[in-house]
Amino acid sequence: MEMTGAEIICESLLREGVDTIFGLPGGAVLPFYGALSGYPKLRHILVRHEQAAAMAADGYARATGKVGVCSATSGPGATNLVTGLMAAQMDSVPIVCITGQVPRAAIGRDAFQETDITGITLPVTKHNYLVMDVRDIAPAIKEAFYIARTGRPGPVLIDVPKDVLAGEKIEFEWPAEVDLPGYNPPGEPDARQVRVAAHLINQAERPVILAGHGVLISRAWDELRELAEKAQIPVITTLLGIGAMSTEHVLNMGMPGMHGMAYASLAIDRSDLVIALGARFDDRVTGRLSDFAPGAKIIHVDVDATEFNKNIVADAPVLGDLKDSLRALIPMVQPNVHLDWIKETDTLRAEHPSLFIRKSDVLLPQQVMKQISDETNGEAIIVTGVGQHQMWAAQHYGYKEPNSLITSGGSGAMGFEVPAALGAKVGRPEKTVWSIAGDGGFQMTLCDLATAVENKIDVKYAILNNGSLGMVRQWQDFFYDKDFFATIYSGNPDFVKLAEAYGIRGIRVTKQEDVAGAIQEAMETPGPVVVDFVVKEDEFVYPMIPAGESVHEMLEEPEAESIIS
Amino acid sequence: MAQKHTISALVENHFGVLCRVAGLFSSRGFNIDSLSVGETEDPSISRMTIVVGGDDSVLEQVVKQLDRVIDVIRVIDITQGAFVERELMLIKVKADTTTRAEIIQIAEVFRAHIVDVCPRSMTIEVTGKNDKIQAIIGMLSSFGIEEIARTGTVALLRDSAVQ
Repeated sequence: MEMTGAEIICESLLREGVDTIFGLPGGAVLPFYGALSGYPKLRHILVRHEQAAAMAADGYARATGKVGVCSATSGPGATNLVTGLMAAQMDSVPIVCITGQVPRAAIGRDAFQETDITGITLPVTKHNYLVMDVRDIAPAIKEAFYIARTGRPGPVLIDVPKDVLAGEKIEFEWPAEVDLPGYNPPGEPDARQVRVAAHLINQAERPVILAGHGVLISRAWDELRELAEKAQIPVITTLLGIGAMSTEHVLNMGMPGMHGMAYASLAIDRSDLVIALGARFDDRVTGRLSDFAPGAKIIHVDVDATEFNKNIVADAPVLGDLKDSLRALIPMVQPNVHLDWIKETDTLRAEHPSLFIRKSDVLLPQQVMKQISDETNGEAIIVTGVGQHQMWAAQHYGYKEPNSLITSGGSGAMGFEVPAALGAKVGRPEKTVWSIAGDGGFQMTLCDLATAVENKIDVKYAILNNGSLGMVRQWQDFFYDKDFFATIYSGNPDFVKLAEAYGIRGIRVTKQEDVAGAIQEAMETPGPVVVDFVVKEDEFVYPMIPAGESVHEMLEEPEAESIIS
Repeated sequence: MAQKHTISALVENHFGVLCRVAGLFSSRGFNIDSLSVGETEDPSISRMTIVVGGDDSVLEQVVKQLDRVIDVIRVIDITQGAFVERELMLIKVKADTTTRAEIIQIAEVFRAHIVDVCPRSMTIEVTGKNDKIQAIIGMLSSFGIEEIARTGTVALLRDSAVQ
């Protein structure tokens, strides 16, 4: 049967196992929407801003391990995707975005809603396509999904002119294979590299594992646990690696870096071997590079060779898929105990109670996060925005399972929480999903509360509301002489009334004793709920290693001293 | 003076590849001295020859980042091996009756060709390695150089060195 380009896109998406598309139509992409309405198996979720479409596809992908899909029209519709593409790119998340483009004859003539989106997104996509012939659509889609999901995952954008969507009809032919001579994602690691790494592990007396996002992407959490338990190695998870090992596991030493637990950063500082698994030595983790892990050899296992020696020189790089690499490595690692080292790390935990929450008359945001953790038993999916609340969510929630923290790490895109939570809930409807926002980020993407209402997406929205751009304010307090210029939000709306305006239950909490009840009420109320937690205005995230500094310059919660015995 | 490396990359002749590579270099802060690109014996594949400034750690990143681009098929740092390197330059130099003969002599020494002449100037075409190009520029500069157009380096590995 002969089909238009738009229909071919729909057929191709079905062949790739797609069942959900987040998008917002417009002129150039309208033929695609015309075809889409005849494909009920492709559920389209209409958003209120294209940024939400990209971020919802991202949240969906992180929660499910599948490729997220979004669509937008040309020009401003497409450019509204860019922040979401950057977020997916920085955190290696597989999404495919389909954008409409002006007709081929109009390209390059400043047509209405025309922009060179493939040019604009070159640095924020793993790859992109401008499809100029209807015969190229199916191959482009097959390649796009393959590229998005394999190797180091990432976003792929496909730009299709309107007259390719709705012009010539051809027979639909699904290609048997992809032909990408320049793309060969690594699989099994080189045996010599594995041997060198195993040797270093067997020799080490103070090893740590630094588990990053790669462990989750490669679904290698069982292998991680096996390695850690076999050789009794403490596991430190980066922000994006949280969930790779349960926070309840005795070997889990938490998160390192700028706002990580002091004992995690100190353990790395004192280690003689850092085994980095699918982590990229980001500056938020390392601080000043010359002072990072000064006494340690470095094993670096990664699927992307560009990460070796980019920030940290690797003594033992291992190039390969993480799961395959660990499977090759584990048999060569000897069972071990490191008793003195484990005792030393226990002492570090006792001497640096980084998760200490002090008593306060005013509601503390850390308390709210801890309460959400208690009420959900550490089993919800937590989706955060960016800022102080993000760090408290990373610190004070007791994550038990993989893919239970969804957060914009590398890009740090505020407002990520509302749309990404929509995507996560759509992908994992059986889980409780909490979106954790600051009042700053929430106002960037709250328009998509309407999407939750319209599609009955049962996300619980918590706002840690301190009336300010909290993290920036903290930096001004610490480093800019408390000049709180442009960080005080005195014009915030009444978030409860705002929620009600969307037809959503809104709850306001101002006192510690009301927190648990509000959380329970939110979870027992069917449908989306917004809880406005009015928290202490000038609370600081501790610990903090200031930018460009090292663990030796770390600032810790002053009152924590009081509980060290 | 910073080290220079010559990199040869085979890329799929797709719309936007040159843009993506150029963008990669600028966004990563790599220092491009010259970039030359053209079709190979296979019209679906182009060869890019890029001369990059920087030390070994920069070079390692350049090669790997280039290789990671989906449309880039193969990347070779040919500075290490034995290679043939050439560049073509057109140089327009001021020339009048008093200086023309000397300029022609200089061109002969460099085995360069005169491709245009008029009462006030002369255009010379010269091919060779980078140091030869630099040398003739040096010899002609005292006469007054009006314009220069250079192609950038192209290079291939010497099979003879391998065999």
